Amino acid sequence: MTALQIGALVLVGVGSPVVVLVRDPLRQAICFGALGTSLALLFFVFQAPDVALAELVVSAVGLPLILMLTLVKLGEIAAEEPEEEERE
Amino acid sequence: MTLLPYLVAVWVLCWGLYGIVTSRHLVHLVVCLGVAQAATYLLLVGVGYRNGAAAPIFAGLAPGTPVVDPVVQALALVDIVVEATVSALLLALAVQAQKRFGTVDPDELHSLRG
Amino acid sequence: MSRSVRVGLFCGGALALATMLVLACVDLPGFGHYPGPYGDVIARTGVAARHATDLVTAVNFDYRAFDTLGEEFILFAAVLGVAIVLRDVRGESERARQEAAEEHAFGDASAALGAVGLCLVGPLVVLGIYIVTHGHLTPGGGFQGGLALAAAPLLAFLGGEYVAMKVVAPHALVEAGEAAGAAGFALIGLGGLVFAGVFFENFIGLGTPGKLLSAGTIPLSNVAVGIEVAGAFLLLWTEFSDQALLVRK
Repeated sequence: MTALQIGALVLVGVGSPVVVLVRDPLRQAICFGALGTSLALLFFVFQAPDVALAELVVSAVGLPLILMLTLVKLGEIAAEEPEEEERE
Repeated sequence: MTLLPYLVAVWVLCWGLYGIVTSRHLVHLVVCLGVAQAATYLLLVGVGYRNGAAAPIFAGLAPGTPVVDPVVQALALVDIVVEATVSALLLALAVQAQKRFGTVDPDELHSLRG
Repeated sequence: MSRSVRVGLFCGGALALATMLVLACVDLPGFGHYPGPYGDVIARTGVAARHATDLVTAVNFDYRAFDTLGEEFILFAAVLGVAIVLRDVRGESERARQEAAEEHAFGDASAALGAVGLCLVGPLVVLGIYIVTHGHLTPGGGFQGGLALAAAPLLAFLGGEYVAMKVVAPHALVEAGEAAGAAGFALIGLGGLVFAGVFFENFIGLGTPGKLLSAGTIPLSNVAVGIEVAGAFLLLWTEFSDQALLVRK
């Protein structure tokens, strides 16, 4: 096992508890993007470039965007409810 | 040292499960599910690795060069696609939960109200 | 069951699970000593049999194309589910929002973000098309390239041009594209059934390995899947974001 592979494994092993223990969903989305990038690096040094490309586009581009949109929408719905109660 | 990738996969899976069990926000739960799924990719790609071999792309390689296993990489690829779609659907359900019940805390969504 | 009891129960269960998994991993072949045989068989015969140099794409779109069909339909069904759930949520406030929001823009776009974003839209589209069409030659394929293509209208959106994004990726076109991609992939399988007797059997000439037009139906499958994935992701984005990022001018 090369040093690069060990380093990538350690990075993923340290990054996962960080993502889980960050409780604020917005910060967690950014941390998850970073974890996805380190996973892509890991797959690259494990000689799996196809998997690395897919992991990169999903976890660093796709999921954080959808997560942040969800959080904005949740905030909007939560802010709407007091308005509806006032109207009734 | 030959077991390190598998042990890291078990470690990541346990942390993902811990996040799911102790989560207080449905979006946080979806991300912890993603972390748990990352453990499966790691295990799959780790099983197929061969020391000193190249990636299974023969665009510049002579035929007959030792390469790592392409089948488990194809499985990991499908796994990643399914993770993305399942997470999107779960996030839509979280939005629905906020709309219907006014909360996204799993501890408060305990009863199935009509 | 209180929360602390639940966490304690989980820790006990997780310890047992981890122990069993570690014991199972000890029996796996050590890391780096892959024993075969399927990977070796495909590595030896893949290029000569399918004339594709990227064996992972060959496995996904040729040897195991049926599984990829199931995966694409999972994607399609999930996006359908998201659309159904979120349109129901959106219905009530739709009318109130329609009058208020005439100008749509990403309100916090700085000039630097806008400039960089708009400059990168063109190269990103070219990169996405390259990854999709060269999937059978180099790492890439329909799925990765499709998501890269879907990110290009989002860059236009981040550049403060929501209206431009709706012109490039209007809702009806995105939906039609996604459906066409999924149907196209299934039709390629049916073409194999009609022209070669077996579902997903290759029915186009295989060509020379290493050229762009080689590997039979794999480039066509890549294009179909790329269109479907790009359409699916853009549809997800528009479902989640409609009215979510408006600036009322």
